[in-house]
Amino acid sequence: MIDSTSTSKAIADSLAATQTEKGTDWILHHVMDSNYFDFSPFLKLYLPHIQLFGFDISLTRQIVIMWLGAILLTVVMIGVAKSYKKSQIPKGFHNLWEIIIIFVRDEIAKPTIGKGYEKFLPYLLTAFFFILFGNFLGLIPFSATFTSNIAVTATLATFSFVVIQLGGIKTNGPFGYFKGLIPHGVPILLIPIMVIVEFLGLFTKPFALAIRLFANMTAGHIVIYALISLIFVMHNILWAGIAIPIALFIYLLEILVSLLQAYIFTILSSLFIGMAVYQDH
Amino acid sequence: MIANLSFAFIALVASETEGGSGSLLSVNGGLAFWTVVTFLLLLLVLKKFAWKPILSALKQREDAIKDSLEQAEKAKEDAKKILSENQNSLAKAEEEAKKIIEQSKLFAESLKEKMITESKEQAKRLIEEASAEIDRKKNAAFDELKNQIAEISVNAAEKILRENLDAQKNKKIVDKYISDINKN
Repeated sequence: MIDSTSTSKAIADSLAATQTEKGTDWILHHVMDSNYFDFSPFLKLYLPHIQLFGFDISLTRQIVIMWLGAILLTVVMIGVAKSYKKSQIPKGFHNLWEIIIIFVRDEIAKPTIGKGYEKFLPYLLTAFFFILFGNFLGLIPFSATFTSNIAVTATLATFSFVVIQLGGIKTNGPFGYFKGLIPHGVPILLIPIMVIVEFLGLFTKPFALAIRLFANMTAGHIVIYALISLIFVMHNILWAGIAIPIALFIYLLEILVSLLQAYIFTILSSLFIGMAVYQDH
Repeated sequence: MIANLSFAFIALVASETEGGSGSLLSVNGGLAFWTVVTFLLLLLVLKKFAWKPILSALKQREDAIKDSLEQAEKAKEDAKKILSENQNSLAKAEEEAKKIIEQSKLFAESLKEKMITESKEQAKRLIEEASAEIDRKKNAAFDELKNQIAEISVNAAEKILRENLDAQKNKKIVDKYISDINKN
């Protein structure tokens, strides 16, 4: 399925690439998606092309990492679920996941949605852990950050959008929901403007979700690559003394950002769900 | 002006998108497709096999903790109630015991008093009876004595009359008689 070239060819390829690309192009090359894993200078692992009804659904490295994350997440969470059958008392590894699950339930879903939050909990938990695993997998060298791709974040935001709208329509009824979008006590003359503003607001919320996650996860990686590229741009190994510690600091910051962005995406989705379900405030 | 700027921006993004792999903002349809598939599958699998059992187990445990806390609270309350009841009944019993002792003391006192007065009365009666008996006996003795004296006197008179009528001799005889009586 996966055809890989020999190591020597990979080295030649990457050397050729560094000679032809100039300046910051290689940074984008690392941050962006591609149809191969670049284990340079050792080898390049090419992924198969797939076509479905004339639609290109070729595998990319971000898709593979996404699957890896999904499989890891499934294994971990089913393990946690099984541990409850043995004993009600959580231990060690499972305790960590339980703390995060309870955090999502009690600090994200419960206060922002309120009554009836249980219905949205599976979506919020899945989104939170999916993004969290994606962010952390992206921090592993030679890996790819699928949460730093606009296609992925836009898809996730679309899911949030669908959940928000369905939640609102299901609770308030289609007519009640769209009527409730316009705040009470607005002068009649302003209503046409409010309709446009609120209607746009429906789409700007998930748009902001998508851009925020994408930009945050991309920016950190670009900063790390830029710091390391200082060494090569300056043609002086001494720059490593400055660039490496700062890059390390940014890397540690990225760990925080990974947690934070998963949290922010989930709590904002949850908040928007709460606003759609209870429109009175 | 702002509209022009935004149009320019959109045009820029669009041109970069057409450039294919050249832009960060280019959306790869295949990737979006796989994201939808992966995320939906993940959501379904996790919902069924992870979130449901985990959340229900958490809820069960929280309920169990809540229940046992409430039960403990109740048991504490019950224990408090029982303790106060016990203390109450203890105090009551003590009071009762005190009352009983008091009563028995009173009863004993009255009994003592009664017995003393009764015995005093009895003694008095006995003394009275005894003195009455003594009086009676004394009277009887006197009566008998009187009768005997009379008889003796008659006998003496008879003897005197039988002897001669010597006054001196008579006197002697009478004296002798009387002294005889005294000797008796």
